[in-house]
Amino acid sequence: MSLTAHLAIAPVVIPALAAPIALLVMRRKRRLGIAISLLSCAAMLVAALVLLNASADGTIRTYELGNWPAPFGIVLVVDRLSAIMLTLAATVSLIALGHAVITQADRKGWHFHPLFQFQMLGLNGAFLTGDLFNLFVFFEVLLIASYGLMLHGQGPARLKAGVQYVVVNIVGSSLFLIALGLLYALTGTLNMADMGLRVAEIGPDDQGLLRVAALLLVSVFALKAAVVPLHLWLPRTYAVTTPAVAALFAIMTKVGVYSIIRVVPQIFGDDAGAAAWAPAPYLLPAAMLTAIVGFAGVFVARDLSEQAAYAVIGSTGTLLIAVAGWQTDTLTAAIYYLVHSTLAGAALFLVADVVARRRASFADSASAGPVFGQRELAGLLFMAAAIAATGLPPLSGFIGKLLILESVVDVPGWGDAWGWAWGAILATTLIGVIGFARTGSAIFWKSVQPADGALSTTDSKALSKVVSKADMAAPTITIALLAAWSIGAGPATAYATAAASQILDTASAVRAVLGEP
Amino acid sequence: MAVPLMLYTLVILPFLAALLIAIGSSHGRALHSGLAAAGSALGLALILGIAGRVIGGDVLAVSVPWVPVIGLDFSLMIDPLGLMFAGLILGIGLLVVIFGHFYLASDEATGRFFASLMLFQGAMLGIVLSGNVLLLLVFWELTSLSSFLLIGFWRDKAEARQGARMALAVTGGGGLVLIAGMVLLGTIAGSFDLMTILERGDIIQASPLYPVMLVLILIGCFTKSAQFPFHFWLPHAMAAPTPVSAYLHSATMVKAGVFLLARLWPVLSGTELYTVIVTSVGLITMLMGAWVALFKHDLKGILAYSTISQLGLLVMLLGFSLEMAAVAAVLHILNHAAFKAALFMSAGIVDHETGTRDIRRLGGLAKVMPITAIVATLAAAAMAGLPPLGGFISKEMMLDETLHVGLFGISWLVPVVATIAATLSVAYSLRLAVHLFFGKPREAEPHARAHDPGAGMWASPAFLVILAVLLGLVPMALAGPLVSSVAGAVIGNAAPPLGLALWHGVNVALGMSLAAVAIGALLLWRHAGLLRGYEAMRHLDAKALFDRTLGAADREVRKLIVATHSPSLQRMLFASFAVIVALVAEGALTGGGTLTGARAGQPASAVAIIAWGLLIAATIAVVRAQRQRFLVLIYISVIGLIITLAFVHFSAPDLALTQISVEVVTILLLLLALNLLPKTPPLLSSQPRRYRDALLAIGGGLGIGGAAWAMLTRNPNDPISSFHLANSYSGGGGTNVVNVTLVDFRAFDTLGEIIVLGIAGLAIFALLDTTSRGAAGARLRSWQEDMPHSPERHPLMFVMATRILLPLVLAVGIYIFLRGHNQPGGGFIAALVVAIAFLLQYLASGFDWTDARRRVGEHLLIASGVLVAMATGLGSLVFGANFLTSSFGYFQVPLVGEVELATALLFDIGVFAVVFGAVMQALAQLSQISQRAARAHAAQVEAQQQGSEP
Repeated sequence: MSLTAHLAIAPVVIPALAAPIALLVMRRKRRLGIAISLLSCAAMLVAALVLLNASADGTIRTYELGNWPAPFGIVLVVDRLSAIMLTLAATVSLIALGHAVITQADRKGWHFHPLFQFQMLGLNGAFLTGDLFNLFVFFEVLLIASYGLMLHGQGPARLKAGVQYVVVNIVGSSLFLIALGLLYALTGTLNMADMGLRVAEIGPDDQGLLRVAALLLVSVFALKAAVVPLHLWLPRTYAVTTPAVAALFAIMTKVGVYSIIRVVPQIFGDDAGAAAWAPAPYLLPAAMLTAIVGFAGVFVARDLSEQAAYAVIGSTGTLLIAVAGWQTDTLTAAIYYLVHSTLAGAALFLVADVVARRRASFADSASAGPVFGQRELAGLLFMAAAIAATGLPPLSGFIGKLLILESVVDVPGWGDAWGWAWGAILATTLIGVIGFARTGSAIFWKSVQPADGALSTTDSKALSKVVSKADMAAPTITIALLAAWSIGAGPATAYATAAASQILDTASAVRAVLGEP
Repeated sequence: MAVPLMLYTLVILPFLAALLIAIGSSHGRALHSGLAAAGSALGLALILGIAGRVIGGDVLAVSVPWVPVIGLDFSLMIDPLGLMFAGLILGIGLLVVIFGHFYLASDEATGRFFASLMLFQGAMLGIVLSGNVLLLLVFWELTSLSSFLLIGFWRDKAEARQGARMALAVTGGGGLVLIAGMVLLGTIAGSFDLMTILERGDIIQASPLYPVMLVLILIGCFTKSAQFPFHFWLPHAMAAPTPVSAYLHSATMVKAGVFLLARLWPVLSGTELYTVIVTSVGLITMLMGAWVALFKHDLKGILAYSTISQLGLLVMLLGFSLEMAAVAAVLHILNHAAFKAALFMSAGIVDHETGTRDIRRLGGLAKVMPITAIVATLAAAAMAGLPPLGGFISKEMMLDETLHVGLFGISWLVPVVATIAATLSVAYSLRLAVHLFFGKPREAEPHARAHDPGAGMWASPAFLVILAVLLGLVPMALAGPLVSSVAGAVIGNAAPPLGLALWHGVNVALGMSLAAVAIGALLLWRHAGLLRGYEAMRHLDAKALFDRTLGAADREVRKLIVATHSPSLQRMLFASFAVIVALVAEGALTGGGTLTGARAGQPASAVAIIAWGLLIAATIAVVRAQRQRFLVLIYISVIGLIITLAFVHFSAPDLALTQISVEVVTILLLLLALNLLPKTPPLLSSQPRRYRDALLAIGGGLGIGGAAWAMLTRNPNDPISSFHLANSYSGGGGTNVVNVTLVDFRAFDTLGEIIVLGIAGLAIFALLDTTSRGAAGARLRSWQEDMPHSPERHPLMFVMATRILLPLVLAVGIYIFLRGHNQPGGGFIAALVVAIAFLLQYLASGFDWTDARRRVGEHLLIASGVLVAMATGLGSLVFGANFLTSSFGYFQVPLVGEVELATALLFDIGVFAVVFGAVMQALAQLSQISQRAARAHAAQVEAQQQGSEP
């Protein structure tokens, strides 16, 4: 077996090796540890890109761990969607890690790099696995690593939000386990493709239980995705954590969305009896509510990181409106917008950091302060990030929203609901625009020149300090990627369409995982 | 130049210029304006080069696919309508750049100014040259964004910031509505290609969605073109530098809405709905704008409202759904662009040279600034529609068309209102010229400093005024073919024959026009009285209303968000559980089926019943004692113990071993941690909330109990575990199927889970290592042992027992580890057992003693454990098998006999190391905190004693 056959495992193996090695060398050779961490992210990106390219022809690659045949062992499945998610995760990780290293945020506490790599392990594993229990395991890896990262740098605000974050998510994990238990009791399997087949054979006596399991499982994913009203844990957590970490977290909520996209058609599709598309009727209203609450938060946020956190919620809502259609074209829109909104969220957090680093005690609060260094450039970055987050041209959010608008018009069974969906998307865009214009003009336009001596000495010292532009690299790259995602929307949507039809063609996954019948 | 290249160049040029200006922003004003002028001039040259062909009937188009899935192509198209607008955008753009160069002081941020201006120019060109309606939307929103930057150019001024935000909210918001309308339009037409859409007017007007689509598109146009009731943003956009106003409000931004109405005229117009809405909105706007303009005092304010009024006129003309009215609209677009840009620039000159724009402070300026006076007076005359200027011709055509339109079944309504509006237009235009340049100066100071500017500033408006004059004197020669072909493009057919001339003989329109001039002059004469009347009236302050609305929205939404998103764990959990309980209930009710499955039960023994009773009692005890943490811990350990017994009872020795060791380790760690924490937590919830939470908890508990019951009473259909049972020995080389599952069948899961433990170890370290700092550190220093203590800190018996126990337990650990593959045991359990032995050392001999004897770092254990497990997994790759494939064999070892060696054993060593490392990490950190706290406390006590001694 050639080495390329093992490529599917690479996104898991790379961080799982990098983390302990970084842990070992970090104490004595800091630079080496950082190099290992960066190299690992780069290697993950290369592996992901190779997989992305290899999946383009529609092949679904499977990888049976321990050579145990599916469904008895654990199997990894690489299809187009997985490849997209892996590439996205690796890209965001490089950006976030680069920013952390440049701003030396990684030095504010212990074990940043090992935890970061473990977090990547969790993400990649979740995107790769074809086994429901294994997905749970990677959710755990994700959760505990993100908890560690979230607390990085500490301070009372982080500790407080951290406790809430971890408790709420452990509750989610417990419910995940219960749902898994139910599904195993009903189907006798943990493999997703196999489970999708076996749900069709469940008798009438067990239909209620099946539906409960389906709703429970999707609720857990919704909790991860921060769908209203299961989103309450997110705003504080994301707003107070280290911005580089928050930028990486932009993809964490997407794990929930990914899981919904992955699991619902595969397991709770047409053949699932009472559980067939069970979450569908709740998803659209919840998604619209999420978009509204998220952008209402953007509208009234008092500082940029809080605004970014709410923008993450809002964009998840917009994204789920598309997901809720469960058609090839709505899923196409969802996949395209998913990538966009992850990058846009990351950009917002990074820009917030760029601003906060220059404004001393004014930090990123949306109130006028003294003129600060490189205000012009920082303002441009913010405007670009805000354009992306609200979905205005020329960045990719606009195309994403057009895709969603066009795709939801003829969803079977929606009736006039598309009008509501349109209203929610467009109204939240406007609310977002007004919100970002408000904070942006307060920070980058308005200035208050305090009287001599009114500023604290630390503030005046910090404000007059010449800051290097290096910390603008990460947000600039993110915005460049958003522009590229917009310019390359043709091929991107073509890939997304192929990915969407592959998701809905569950039989192809079954054939790939379980072999020809 | 080839057509495609030419079109792309045309659109890209301004963006390129903007980019170059931005790059060179540290250079001087000349470079910035030079680049901007060069970009505009080059574009204009390109336009003029093809003008002949396009007017002759060629439609030049080019298209490359961009996002085919949604029908978004990057297609550009230039027909006479696009040509005219592109010419205006570039021509007036060039003049504005020249004017702006002289208008702006050299110490202003000219780089930012001209870069934004060029961005805006590019966006406008994009709108008028788009051959795809989705592409048009892209540029449409870009104009909103770039005008935001332009209006807010003087960022230190509050009104500039507010004006910019308001313009963005209204025009950007309108743009969003337009998106909805355009997507609907394309969906109805089956294409987003502009040419295709224009051919499908019948299909579009027959669609049931036509009314909705129409209204949405119209809102988009009306917001952009400042039509009533969306007009209020325009006057506040006057906070922009005057060159910007001259550009945005003569030929570009606000004309975008008019352009789109004209562009879509063939498919939208002609219906009753269209005519009524567009005509009446245009009519109202025209009248209202003209009325307000008469009473404004700020020159730019007058021009702002006159712009609103003139836009209303254009919208109304397009709303008539008459071909000749469309012709009039086209002609008036040209006229308005010329005279309005000239007027804005003149206002800028007056402001620049006198220091004020308040018409009440100025007057008699003709003497001191004659050139400006001539230019502005002629432009105002054109705006008033006086002969022999271009404005006269288009206004007369407009009045003539009103005679053919009835609104709401009233035939005189439109002509009469239009004549009134025309009268008011005459009045405000004359007032502008007369009050500014003639009569006596009202204030000395501005008059004294006033003088004509250099030619650089007056050249642009003068050029435009010459055009305005020529449009009146030789209309056919100058604009005849253009207007005729543009009108044809608007109508979508050959335009009706055109006879532009000042004199059409005596007709009704001439009478209306004359009346307008006469009464208009009269109004100016009586202006002072009218003004008093106007000022006595109450006026709706749109800005205040807008600000109040947004302010109130901000306040209320903020309140709501803060109230619902308070960082309260109770609320988060309540929301989560409430949703989930509701969904589970829904699932159970709609899904149907039975709770109890078909699996036969087992008889309950007396012991089982007692244990079950104990379990329930302990659970109730936990709830009852919830605020006494030590007690709760004890009850929890009882629960764990009973579960262990249950595992034993159901023949699951591995689970039982794991459960008991996990139980012991966690309880011990919790005891150590609790030692440092408050023993009774504060009461956080009110009584009613506790009842509410109790209800929810009972619901959740019943749900989970029910789920467990349902699960346990069912037999999975052909579960995968039967494969594991069958293949454990033959495939995995072990007879303990639980262990083989852990280290082989599902070793990947185990790998993940030990990593979770490892991460937990790291996180604990990262979290607790810094506790000595900050507020937590201060609390820790003042911490006192608050539990009753045995006088003997380290009881000898306990110490001795644990020390003897240590090697024994280690031996047991190794035994459990080694036999794991075939008998109950394994790395996980072994690690816990060994950890317990060490835990006991801490408890018995104290933190200091034990810590001092710790040799191997926990980090090393965790890292190497993960590496060993990974290496085992990767080892199989060398042999060409998949990750984590196991291998085993039997070997004869002298004295011991046959020994089985499995790679899974190696994996299990990794498991052991990580689990042991993580537990020891937690222990070490807790111990260090206690030591630090004790030391700090002792030092404090000592310091106090020393302080009290002397």
